[in-house]
Amino acid sequence: MSESTPVAVAGARSTVQQPGDSKTIFGFWVYLMTDCILFASIFATYAVLRNNTFGGPSGRELFDLPFVLVETLILLTSSFICGLAMLAMHRGNKRLVLAFFAVTFMLGLAFLTMEITEFRHLAAEGHGWQANAFMSAFYTLVGTHGLHIASGLLWMIILLPRVVRRGLTPANTRRLTLLSLFWHFLDIVWIFIFTIVYLMGAL
Amino acid sequence: MQEPKTTAVNRRHGAGQGTILSYTLGFILSVALTLAAYFTFTNRTLPDPLLISVIVGLAIAQLLVQLIFFLHLGKESRPRWNLLVFLFMLLVLIIVVFGSLWIMNNLDYNMMSPKETDEYIMKDEGIQR
Repeated sequence: MSESTPVAVAGARSTVQQPGDSKTIFGFWVYLMTDCILFASIFATYAVLRNNTFGGPSGRELFDLPFVLVETLILLTSSFICGLAMLAMHRGNKRLVLAFFAVTFMLGLAFLTMEITEFRHLAAEGHGWQANAFMSAFYTLVGTHGLHIASGLLWMIILLPRVVRRGLTPANTRRLTLLSLFWHFLDIVWIFIFTIVYLMGAL
Repeated sequence: MQEPKTTAVNRRHGAGQGTILSYTLGFILSVALTLAAYFTFTNRTLPDPLLISVIVGLAIAQLLVQLIFFLHLGKESRPRWNLLVFLFMLLVLIIVVFGSLWIMNNLDYNMMSPKETDEYIMKDEGIQR
């Protein structure tokens, strides 16, 4: 940790990131890992309860796979575009960063809208969260992921105007880096929701 | 001016460093793996147990692709704290998920009605009455 002190002195008030940044990013990484544990417990709950449909329909009758494939590809693309925004950020291209994050935001919003549409559709047909243990576990798992996506979108709504106003300052660069880690992480969680809940659930 | 400094600092963090090539490669591989899983599943040419192993294998492959190309795990400088925390998380995750499934399946087996339990045990152990 002491190696970064000279950098801080020499580069004070410049665009160099502050010495505390590596700790901040590491801390955020640890948070993401604990979030993985949260998802692991909800996945375990789902795996245990997935056959307890109380006589109701199982995933095979309920899930619309082509619809979910489109959702998956949208989220994957948004994760990729978010990565492109990081590249633009390292080159110091503020306009490109904002453009890429705007696309990421729109794709994230499209994903969330599709997920809510799916939930409303299921609930309207009488397959709400209170129908049986399988549906409760399903809404908890997919809904928690959706809640994370909504938080990511809210984060963008708050952070992007700050980037517009103050530019790519060290603080904003750090925040954008954390946001991109969060967004990539959500895409990784979705891979497993897609595989375990939708594909294996439709078996 | 700011470019090399920011880059150097980020390389030390092990976060957010990549090239256009690595991101594009990661994206193409991820799309390919997603489509592979989807079409392997919808075609249903494989028997069920094999089908499950294949799509879980494809999901794990995609996890590795995204960890390496999007999150740049393992590319940080030493000591690799990010990787260490990730591996510890993986250990806890495996214990939580497989432990839950193991215990709950066992409970399920033991909590059936006495008649069902008898039938199951006789069938599983190959006991003839």
